[in-house]
This record gives sequence, structure tokens and C-alpha cells, in this order.
Amino acid sequence: MTETDRAAPEGLAVAPVRRTGRAFAARGAKGLKAALTASPIATLGGAIILFWAICAVLAPWLAPYPPNQLDPMALVDPFPSAQHWLGTDQLGRDILSRLLWGARTVLTVAPVAVLAAAVVGTLLGLVSGYRGGVVDALVMRVGDVMLAFPQIILYLIVITKFGASALNIVLVIAVTKAPIIARIVRAVTLDVRNRDYVAAARMRGESTLHILLVEILPNARGPLIVDIFLRLGYTTIAIGVLGFLGIGLPPPDPDWGGMIKESYGLLFVYPHMTLIPAVAVSSLVVGFNFLATGIREASFDV
Amino acid sequence: MARYLLKQLFNMAITLFAVTFIVFVLNELTPGDVVRKLLGPYASADQVEKVTREMGLDRPVMVRYAEYMANAARGDFGQSIVFRRPVSEVLWDRLGNTLLLAGVCFAIIVPFSVLLGVLAGMRERGWIDRSVSVFSSVCASIPEFAMGVFLLAIFVVQLGWLPGTSPLRDDTGWPIWTQLVLPAAVVVLYDAGYLIAMIRTSMVEVMRQPFIRTAVLKGMSFRRVVVKHALRNALIAPFTVILLQINYLVAGLVVVEMVFAYPGFGRMMLEAALAKDIAIVEAGTLVAVSVTMLTQVVGDLGYRALDPRISI
Repeated sequence: MTETDRAAPEGLAVAPVRRTGRAFAARGAKGLKAALTASPIATLGGAIILFWAICAVLAPWLAPYPPNQLDPMALVDPFPSAQHWLGTDQLGRDILSRLLWGARTVLTVAPVAVLAAAVVGTLLGLVSGYRGGVVDALVMRVGDVMLAFPQIILYLIVITKFGASALNIVLVIAVTKAPIIARIVRAVTLDVRNRDYVAAARMRGESTLHILLVEILPNARGPLIVDIFLRLGYTTIAIGVLGFLGIGLPPPDPDWGGMIKESYGLLFVYPHMTLIPAVAVSSLVVGFNFLATGIREASFDV
Repeated sequence: MARYLLKQLFNMAITLFAVTFIVFVLNELTPGDVVRKLLGPYASADQVEKVTREMGLDRPVMVRYAEYMANAARGDFGQSIVFRRPVSEVLWDRLGNTLLLAGVCFAIIVPFSVLLGVLAGMRERGWIDRSVSVFSSVCASIPEFAMGVFLLAIFVVQLGWLPGTSPLRDDTGWPIWTQLVLPAAVVVLYDAGYLIAMIRTSMVEVMRQPFIRTAVLKGMSFRRVVVKHALRNALIAPFTVILLQINYLVAGLVVVEMVFAYPGFGRMMLEAALAKDIAIVEAGTLVAVSVTMLTQVVGDLGYRALDPRISI
């Protein structure tokens, strides 16, 4: 978030060589499954994510109250009770319900943003690494400019200029994360573009698109999967930060960062209003990071 | 060497121009915008037009950008609407406060993460490695605002040991240094979590190298192997990352500054952006990007000094 641009640790650039698209798909799914069962850290991370995913999907049925419904009676005693298991917030809204709906928000915005960044970044990285020359120089230069921009300032400028909406958050995250993913993919592309099997594909008369997607891309699978999970964690933090700074999703719809911002002044009196969403957002990021670590350990042995 | 520096300076200048130009155009493309923000929503169209002409804002955006950059080069960034002072005064003030906090954090983060990273990577998958990895992974996962809330709940609300806000004034009843403790702690935990992981990975890789095995097999003590042979090699790769933290520490402190009401650079940017104080946003961006670019050049030079195999 925050903030800095954190690329996956360096050791990850070493990718096992995969030849065909089918092998990629098979290994990808199997690799993930293997990592989930082999590494306790990955299992724990996966379980946390699964928990929040279930909360997000079932929010309309699980939530005891509508997320924005005010309960004036609860203002007298907002602490957790039989009616409100996690208590109510400064306006008398049920915290459990807002937490569940908030999970829905973050688990929609973060994956969409990361996926957009991954698609754009992968294409740019492939083309730039494979073509080289002017295209490469241009893509990398523009990427450098993006990365030189302190992220939080970019968010501030874009969001105060164009307004806070889920779409703008997705766009700004996609644009700032794409250069990092482009670099990872480009490094792999540069490494394999002169291999024999790529030359063979060219000789067979395969189209450039086929070469990029079927022959080259599978090599970047490992680092990409790890990076995507790390990115999901950082994006969750970024969304939380935007909410906390008051430039996230517009109220009153529940957003974990926003919940913390709104009740933060009451920390001395009603700490549960702030602590509960803080625990929620931290646990989700821990989940993503544990999963990324586990997969990395299982597939790269580092 | 001279050629390299020249090339880097050229790249820096290009990036700097690109970034400031984007920010300038985003904010000032339509001249009416600036005056509207200045005069408020109730100004009549006539007034807006008059002030626009008086301020010279009806000229093409390129001309105004050139003028802005020329003034900026002399240290004149215009007038702040929110703070009602020249931008340069506010800017250096706030930047100074942020650099104080950032300096404290940096001085703790680097030795702390090098120590833990090396200890963890020294014996891969040993118990130290396991515990340090989990610790760093959890620390890097807790967003700064959440960590801030947790520490506040423990040390301010429960124990009452430290002040909950850090306005850097001594009339609050708390000495200045106590006001720095919690903000610094949040930043150190969050950022060190990430750095430790980087240094550990690098250390693990070095410890697998044949020359380490040779050193161990020829009977050198493990301690000497680590200190004499592994350490320097293991710090080459994370060096740039360490320097990149300076960037983060300048602009990324905004969250911590908001949590603790710390009068820093990031908070200034946030307040200015929310109040559409364009002069501050533009000047702040310029400063932040310059810091980024400078650390990049310093990073490259340091890299070369550390690793004789790299020539630039």
C-alpha cells in the first residue's frame, strides 16, 4: 500500500520450463493443490481465504441485519450482546453484518483489480520481452515512470480528480501494479525466447500470438502465481488504506478501512468498533501472504 | 562511470518532466478549474473569468507549465490555499518532520531486518528460520492502520504508557521523543517484515553455494563462514530493496501520520489533495519523485561498490 512497490523476492525468477499449454494447466492446478496439502502455512492461508470467501458469498443470508440499518436502541450500549454478536458501531449499525458485507466488497474489488493488472502486465511483458527494441524500451520507460510515482500520491491525485468509486480504485490499482507484473514476465520471456522449442514453433509457422501464449507464457506460471497472491494481499491493504484515508468507496456501504476510520476516534470508549474490522483486514492479508509463501516453498524450494 | 551518471541524470530529468507534466495537466488543463477552486462554488462566471485573466491562466497549458517549472527551479512553488502560506515554507516544514520520523525508522529497520534475515537464512528450515519467517510474514501482512490501532489499544488505552497523538509539540504533556515511539514502531514492524523476507531469501541462496560448503568442509567455524563469506554476498541483492524503503518512508508514511496526527509530508499531501490545493499537490509530487529517482541512482552506485562483477 500501501504504497511501495514490492516485487516478489528475487529468488523467484527461476522458473521451471514447461513446454505446452496443456501441461501448464495441469501443473498449475496440481501445483496449487500440492502446495495446499504439503505446506501447513499454505493450508492455513487457504483456510483463512476460504473462510472470508464463504462470508462474502453468503453475506446476504448470513448477515443478521441489513448492513446500513440503524438500531437506535443499541446506541446506549453498543458492546457485543445477544442481539448484536459483535456489537454495533457509532451509528448503531450491526458490526457483524457490516463485516460480512465488507468482505464481499474487498473480495470483489481486490481480485478484479489484480486480475486486470495481471492481464495487462502479462501482455506488455510478453510483447516487450519478445519484440525487444523500441517497443521494449517504450514499455519499460513508461513502467519506470509509473513506478517512480509514489503510489499513494497517485491514488490521491486520481481519486480526488475523478472521484472515489470501485471502478476508479480498480483502474488505479491495475495501472500501478501492471508494470511490476510486466517486469516479471519480461524477464522470463527474455530468458526463453531464444530456446530451441521457440525457434521450432517459429519454424512450424505458428503465429506470434501462439508462440507468446502457448510456448513462452507457461514458463512464467510459477512466479506469476506467487506474485498474484502477494499482489492480492497488498491490494487488500491498499483498499483498506484508501478507506482509512477517507478516499475509498463512498459511504454508507461497508468497507473495512472505512469502518476503522469512522470509529477510530472512539477507541478509548468503544474499542471493539475499531478492533474488529482491523482484525478482519489483517487476517485476510495474512491469508493471502501465507498462501503465497506456501506455494513458493512447495514449487521453488526457497 | 561519468557516462553512466550522465545517462542516469538524463533519465531522471525525463521522468521528472513526465510526472510533473501529467500532474500539471490533470489539475490545470481547464483553466476555470483552478479559479473555481480558489473562489469557491458561489463565484459568478464573470468573476471566474476575470480572475482567470488576471492570473494569466487563459494562456495555453504548455506555456503555463514552462513558467511553473521555471519558478519551481528557483524554489518558488506558489501560494497554498489551505495553509495560507507560501508552498515552499509548508513543504520544507512538513518534509523535515517526515524525514525525522523516516530517519528514526530507517535506523532501526535496517540493522533489525539484516540481523533477523541473516539469522533465519543461515540455517534454512531450522527453528529460527521458521519462527522468523512466520513473524515477518505476519508483520508484513498487518496494514499500518490496523497495526496502529492494535498498538494504540495496548499501549495507550490499556497501559497508558505512551501518547496517542504525535503533533510534535511539547505542550501536550509528553516529551517529543515519546511521541515518536508508536509511529516508528508501526512503520518498523510493517516494513521490516518485508525486508526480513528479502534478506532471508538472499541468505538462503548464498548458503547453498559451493564456496560455502567448501569453507565448512575445510573446517572453518560456522560463525566465521557466515560472517566472512556469506554476509556480504547475501546483502548484495537486498541492497537496492533497502534503499527503495527510503521512497516508501517519504510518501508512504501518510497512513501512520493520519493515525497519530503527525504533521508530516504525507498528511500534507492528503489534506491538500482533499481540499484541491493544487499548488501543494504539484510541489509535493515533484519532491517525492525526485527523492525516488535519487535513491535509484544511489542504489545503482552502491550496487556496483558491493559487487565488483557488475560494471555500469
